Amino acid sequence: MSHVPAPTSPARVAIRVDDLTRRFGDFTAVDAIRFEVASGEVFGFLGANGAGKTTAIRMLIGLLAPTDGRAQVAGFDVATDAEQVRRRIGYMSQRFSLYEDLTVRENIALYGGIYGLSDADIAARGGTMIAELRLEAHADELVRTLPLGWKQKLAFSVALLHGPDVVFLDEPTGGVDPITRRQFWELIYAAAARGTTVFVTTHYLDEAEYCDRVAIMVDGRIAALGTPEELKRDFATDSLDEVFVRLARGTGAVA
Amino acid sequence: MRALRVLLRKEFLQIRRDPTILRLLFIMPVVQLMVLANAASFEVKESRVWVVDRDRTPTSAALVERLAGTGRFLVVGQGLRQEDGNAALLAGRANAIVSIPEGFARDLQRTHHAAVQLAFNAEDGAQAGVASSYATEVVARYSAELGAAVLPMNVAASARGTPTPGSPRIDVHRRNWFNPALEYRWYMVPGILVQLITIGGTFMTALNIVREKEAGTLDQLNVTPIGRTTFIAAKLIPFWIIGLVQLSVGLAVAAFAFRIPIEGSLALVYGAAALYLVAALAVGLWVSSISDTQQQAVFVTFSLLMVYILMSGLFTPIRSMPDWAQNVAQLNPLMHFISLMRGVMLKGASVVDVLPRLAALAGGAAVLMTLAVRRYRKGGA
Repeated sequence: MSHVPAPTSPARVAIRVDDLTRRFGDFTAVDAIRFEVASGEVFGFLGANGAGKTTAIRMLIGLLAPTDGRAQVAGFDVATDAEQVRRRIGYMSQRFSLYEDLTVRENIALYGGIYGLSDADIAARGGTMIAELRLEAHADELVRTLPLGWKQKLAFSVALLHGPDVVFLDEPTGGVDPITRRQFWELIYAAAARGTTVFVTTHYLDEAEYCDRVAIMVDGRIAALGTPEELKRDFATDSLDEVFVRLARGTGAVA
Repeated sequence: MRALRVLLRKEFLQIRRDPTILRLLFIMPVVQLMVLANAASFEVKESRVWVVDRDRTPTSAALVERLAGTGRFLVVGQGLRQEDGNAALLAGRANAIVSIPEGFARDLQRTHHAAVQLAFNAEDGAQAGVASSYATEVVARYSAELGAAVLPMNVAASARGTPTPGSPRIDVHRRNWFNPALEYRWYMVPGILVQLITIGGTFMTALNIVREKEAGTLDQLNVTPIGRTTFIAAKLIPFWIIGLVQLSVGLAVAAFAFRIPIEGSLALVYGAAALYLVAALAVGLWVSSISDTQQQAVFVTFSLLMVYILMSGLFTPIRSMPDWAQNVAQLNPLMHFISLMRGVMLKGASVVDVLPRLAALAGGAAVLMTLAVRRYRKGGA
């Protein structure tokens, strides 16, 4: 599993974040973060619970208004052009977000229809998706009856149905077995290979190794950003785990 | 438009698969009408009376017979001493005393004038009032037959005090218009129908949206290009239709099981319901915008509906409320709708008759929906 990141030329920036800040009363959940994600890149967003990951991602997908700073996704400002942003992104939340009381096919038709795909398009793309996920035998069953791993893969594929420029995955593999996680990452690479930018938050540091670049959030700030190799080199260690623990404890990088 | 269509299709698929909604639709109207129309009535079936007949003549005995003969009164004891009657009233064995004084028959013959004392336990004022008016009517009819005036002395007593005589009252000839048999069901059923679609519409809407919040599917929809207005329309239209279906089931039960005449136009009933439902759904939408969990939504809706229903004139007449409450009730769409439904169903009121009510409903619906949609749109992003 390897993947060559696209070059970070300004024209091909999928996400640009400038001093993005979100305060809740006196508490600053996200504190002036800045980074860029290139088109087709797999960008990992790490951090302990409460570090501000979810707040940041909610601002990027337009569910939460920034207090300060700016963010551009797929070329549009999330605060002023939310509508345009929404057309160009896919999202899969940490909670399973398909309708459990609809069948696989009905879920596909629903999300396809929402993004304005034609019935013919939905049938064609849906058919391919079902075949790729090997869900033919279960396509007309309620999603509720599927095992968790299948549900997650289905949710990811549905998030890609309309061909978004950027897909946001918020802890997509929580509670999933290692084999399914691996299959899930194969789906992520396949999407990235087709040019979709993948922004993924995770708890699993082995998954961070699969990312082209990784940002680690501590207390609302980005404490480290780089390829997994760069981070390990900067911290003079051979595991991202160690990098993460040292950042979280505040012992910092080796200069 | 296409987004609205696919969302509506999704809602109907989910509703079809949800057994509780179907139950709400068909079983709730039947059960509620049966239970409430019978339980929530002011009708007095059998008031227990203690008779103190100190006259002991065929005339006085006939009066007692008349009372018992109505089926509204059950003679639980007789005696010569008023104290026994008072004791029975205090002990709760009786809720009324009929006292016929000595010389009752004689006075009637000689002077065409006699007095009977009726004492009621007025702890439950409404019940005492109803029973007392029944008794008064019996006495009046009896005296008319005899060609004499029997003056019933109505006395309201509380169980803790001794009965004190009130002023004599001459009963007026009564005719009950629009509900000649004085059937409380007739009066209650239109109100209960209204209350039913209120509960259905408001609860179902609030719970449905909050369930999506809890499941995380609401966030998922919010990151798609669907506008909030489309989303709200897709949520409300199905419940608006369900409300009208619920009303139809209720009307059918009322007409065929309760034999309640529907005097006015059904089109008017549906038109008013269509308007009113917009208000009921708006309340549900508003509740969903301030609740994060279904429990909260149930709690808020329940509290709201209690006030809403108590201030609607369903159980207690608006006119007997204090002034401030009457003014508040004017703002309650439920009040206007109940009164309209009673008018149309029982009196055959026409569009012109209920125009002010329709206007109030339309206004209420517009205001509530605007507020709810505004609040909802601000709620998320």
